[in-house]
Amino acid sequence: MATASPARPRRSAFRRREVIEGYLFASPFIIGFLVFIAFPMIWAFVLMFQRYNLLRPPMFIGLTNVQDMLADPKTWQSMWNTIYYAFVSVPLQLALAFGCAVLLNQPLRGRNFYRTALYLPVIVPIVVSAFIWQRAYHPDFGIINEMIGWFGIPPQQWLFEPVLAKPAFIFMRIWVMGTQMVIFLAGLQNVPQSLLEAAALDGANAWRKFWNVTVPIMTPVIFFNLIVGIIGNFQVFAPALIMTKGGPQDATLFMVLYIYRNAFEYSKLGYAAALSWLLFLFIILLTIIQFRGSGRWVFYESD
Amino acid sequence: MQQTIDPAVIEQVQRHAAAQKRRRQAVDAFMRVLAHVVLLLLSFMALIPAIWMISSSLKAPTEIFVTPIKWIPDRPQWSNYPRAFELAPLWLYFANTMIVCVIAVIGTTLSSCLVAYSFSRLRWPGRNFFFGLLLTTMMLPAIILIVPRFLMFSYVFVWPFKWIGTFLPLVVPTFFAVQGLYVFLLRQFFLGIPVELEDAARIDGASTFRILWQIFIPLSKPVLITVVILTFIQFYNEFLEALIYLKPATWTLAVGIRALNDAAYATSWEIIFATGTFMLAPLVILFFAAQRYFVEGIALTGFGGR
Repeated sequence: MATASPARPRRSAFRRREVIEGYLFASPFIIGFLVFIAFPMIWAFVLMFQRYNLLRPPMFIGLTNVQDMLADPKTWQSMWNTIYYAFVSVPLQLALAFGCAVLLNQPLRGRNFYRTALYLPVIVPIVVSAFIWQRAYHPDFGIINEMIGWFGIPPQQWLFEPVLAKPAFIFMRIWVMGTQMVIFLAGLQNVPQSLLEAAALDGANAWRKFWNVTVPIMTPVIFFNLIVGIIGNFQVFAPALIMTKGGPQDATLFMVLYIYRNAFEYSKLGYAAALSWLLFLFIILLTIIQFRGSGRWVFYESD
Repeated sequence: MQQTIDPAVIEQVQRHAAAQKRRRQAVDAFMRVLAHVVLLLLSFMALIPAIWMISSSLKAPTEIFVTPIKWIPDRPQWSNYPRAFELAPLWLYFANTMIVCVIAVIGTTLSSCLVAYSFSRLRWPGRNFFFGLLLTTMMLPAIILIVPRFLMFSYVFVWPFKWIGTFLPLVVPTFFAVQGLYVFLLRQFFLGIPVELEDAARIDGASTFRILWQIFIPLSKPVLITVVILTFIQFYNEFLEALIYLKPATWTLAVGIRALNDAAYATSWEIIFATGTFMLAPLVILFFAAQRYFVEGIALTGFGGR
């Protein structure tokens, strides 16, 4: 090991320099972690037990924020909205992205055009896409009602109708599936050709090869994207603030929007901190469940 | 054991095989057509919202509020764009956005390179602990930090002036490698660089900083470009933090045009669509100029801005 020995003084000096430089080069992260992550998290924890409206000094109120939060119907409404949104949109998005990736993995003419076209929604800034969809869903002059009209479906109220607002948001989210598609495309390149050929020799048809070779090999990628996607979608904010302001009847009041409101519109910073801890715990819980459950259906090559 | 085979049987077998091959080809052709139909429909759905925005940004109001929808304006109303610039200081927002993006890109790449080098090549006690910490922060939802960071920048970081309202709360953290993803990405790449290169330079008396600057950074160009693009897009898009920290004079495009949208939602669609097109255009240009790095970056990270 690298312990200093008296026989090799130069080695020890070199080693000491390496340790010093190691800390020095890593210091941006160590300082940044303490100042911009650890310190705010501790503050958020303290805030949870305080009443604080920025005008008067903070006051300790024990567990009142937590009790209020648990008794607040809007907490559970926003939690339900968030769960609904994330749990429906992520699997649909991944399924569509996977399907497109499998299609684009075939030698088709115009593959590059399709790939670019399907990817392009990703580069539309979130604010701009909110502008577009806010109007695309307009009952009278939006393109969505126009297009469903081609199939004889009557115009809908979309963002003005509590039952349809969340599905409208989900559709808008699925529209941006290019990132996942590109990830899956890269993953499909790694499916060993030899395995597919071996399966073909054993008489497997295209369908069997897909389900018994391609899908098992892709499960780690799918699984990773499921976790990242759900964590990401739990934090949906900008579209709800811009398009519906949480309405109609709180149907699109997502957790982060409710936290934002409490902190920056109602000036209830302690309450907002309590809500953000609730969301945080929920995200951690989900991550743990997903990692535990993954053992059963995720295939890792090293196993 | 010799057996003569009836030519009629051979012919029958060959006919059967040929028929099977024809059927397989027909199925293949059908599947290919089906794939094209599906992909064309999906491509249409992917492109049509943005195309509708761009075409509507050139319409007269009378062409927007009609049913059925008018897809192409009769006479493009280019004057919608100057009108949008009159209603909101879009060039100011654009300049602010560029300042934030450029500083954030510099901060992220510089600090991530230093930290990634330390995590990949230098051995020091506690390295694994801190690397584990870095990986944990990648999973940390940003929302938990929003409220306390707002308070921190309002009441703790008040020197030499109040940080709230300036770009500092947005860009200063980027100099401290708090985005684990980019550090992780660079570290993985650095690990693949041969140790021999480094040893040779060390024997020649190069300092660690010089090794990083003259060997690691030039060799990591593709990953660095990816980090630059992802960071740029992230800050171009940044909404929640920009909304909380900035004031009208320092607003970026994302928060600036959102305020305009709030004011003019019901009436001036063409103006809003013009501002939206204005904000979209730089990213479209960037995408077609650096398409390779977009795709590589996503495949490398498993992320892609969002």
